[in-house]
Amino acid sequence: MAKHFRTLRHDVWLPYRIAVGPTFNRFYEGLKVEKIWGNKCPQCGKVLVPARTFCPGCFVDMGDWIEVSQEGEVVTWTLANDRFYGMPVDPPFIGALIRLDGTDCDFLHLVGGFDLTHVDSVRSKITKGTRVKAVWSDQKKGHLMDIKYFQPV
Amino acid sequence: MGRAVAVIGTGQTKHGSRFDVTYPDLVREAVMACFKDAGITPDDVDGVVSGTMPSMMEGVALTHFYFADAMRSVGKPIMKTETCGSTGVSLALTGYYWVASGLADIVLIVGSEKMHEGDSQATMTTVLEPFYQRHFLSGAPGVFSMQSQMWTARYGIPEDKVRDAAAKVSVDHHRDALDNPYAHIKVALSMDDVKNAKVITYPCRLYDICPNSDGACAVLFASEEKAKKICPNPAWIKGVGYRGDEYWFGDSDKVVWQCAIQAAKEAYKTAGIKNPRKELDVAEVYNPFTFQELLYYECFGFCDFGEACDYTLKGTFAKGGELPCDPSGGVLCTNPIGATGLIRVAEASMQVTGKAGDRQIGGAKLAFAHAMGGVDQFNGVMIIGSER
Repeated sequence: MAKHFRTLRHDVWLPYRIAVGPTFNRFYEGLKVEKIWGNKCPQCGKVLVPARTFCPGCFVDMGDWIEVSQEGEVVTWTLANDRFYGMPVDPPFIGALIRLDGTDCDFLHLVGGFDLTHVDSVRSKITKGTRVKAVWSDQKKGHLMDIKYFQPV
Repeated sequence: MGRAVAVIGTGQTKHGSRFDVTYPDLVREAVMACFKDAGITPDDVDGVVSGTMPSMMEGVALTHFYFADAMRSVGKPIMKTETCGSTGVSLALTGYYWVASGLADIVLIVGSEKMHEGDSQATMTTVLEPFYQRHFLSGAPGVFSMQSQMWTARYGIPEDKVRDAAAKVSVDHHRDALDNPYAHIKVALSMDDVKNAKVITYPCRLYDICPNSDGACAVLFASEEKAKKICPNPAWIKGVGYRGDEYWFGDSDKVVWQCAIQAAKEAYKTAGIKNPRKELDVAEVYNPFTFQELLYYECFGFCDFGEACDYTLKGTFAKGGELPCDPSGGVLCTNPIGATGLIRVAEASMQVTGKAGDRQIGGAKLAFAHAMGGVDQFNGVMIIGSER
């Protein structure tokens, strides 16, 4: 394109204080003690994780809290080989949807615990249906990264 | 459907890196081109619709205020619509509803983005809440790569075959973009160039992924009465459909993808389309990712589920095929996000009125325009024809 005139460097830095509410609060508290909390819709019976305040399908308040399995299977995955803003770990890493046993939705987290440097070797380790299990971080802060990643079993 | 709505003019900027102008000047470039194309003036306009990606992209939050003079919207009603990637089709729908309802006769619709001024992947990350989903979705490529892997696993499509089909989509669209004077990325690629490019988020490699572009698009919609007075050769909106999915990425199926399927079905119903591959002459599918474009062919009924790779490799959706898709080069070669969906509407209108220049599909009478937004969350479709 035509001539580039000078550009103006401008940063926007805005602090936010975001209410997590009682449901996410309890979910986070569970992570601190190595529990993954879901809850069950009293109408459709689906177990959703993370726990929700209301069922997105039925629009009713969720019912019983259920500590869900820390194992499940990979539904889909991608190997991120580039740096993306706000990601909790450096590339390469695997983002995945995981269906934890006994639940009715897919849980989004990382899959790791093996060498991720080469695509071909990664493909031999992970596919749809690969069984994985949560590996916990040593330091827990009541945050999603209290689960370090899910590792193939 | 309400009243008939015509497209009486379109305008686009040259898309690409546009550090040569300010953002409002870029918007004005598209607006001026659109008024010139329609042969009317801003005084003729009853209302203005404007939209961008989430405004964090350029760091100015109230863009329809920023563009007030550039869009010549002073003293007129103005609406802002913002649905991420599907903004452009949402804008067109907003304008469509306004004219179809009878509350306005002529509406100016403007979509724009200046992505080089900000951090697009960071902006896209902020469409998600910071409790949970924001942490793992690697910008847009991560989401669509996961969706692609889900699709190929579901139908057991061999990895080499889907890789070849996606590479063909990339090669074809990059070649098509060479015919489009507005397109951003203009480079001839071989199959090997695409297949050996750097992995960004597996299975997507560099040339499977759209660029960041700066650009704007403006379109004028008019009622039948006004269109017939003003425009010798308008395009007509034959059907519209728009659907959203729930918020949570892991809650619904993104392969047999209801918001895409139902948006197309609704648009086909009003347009009277039963067999889209045979009845449509050209489609401008929102295709920021090659693999996702293949899935869209199936969701939109261009072929059955699991078949898109076979049809693509046969050339069905390339120029000269049964249903050419994205002869403009599509989103894969040009993606100024807030404008991108509206560019699909503009390109479809140009095709059915014979104004598409070197990228014209000969004799095109019925066209499909589409955009997707959010984390696989929104899909909007517009069917545009040459006949009222």
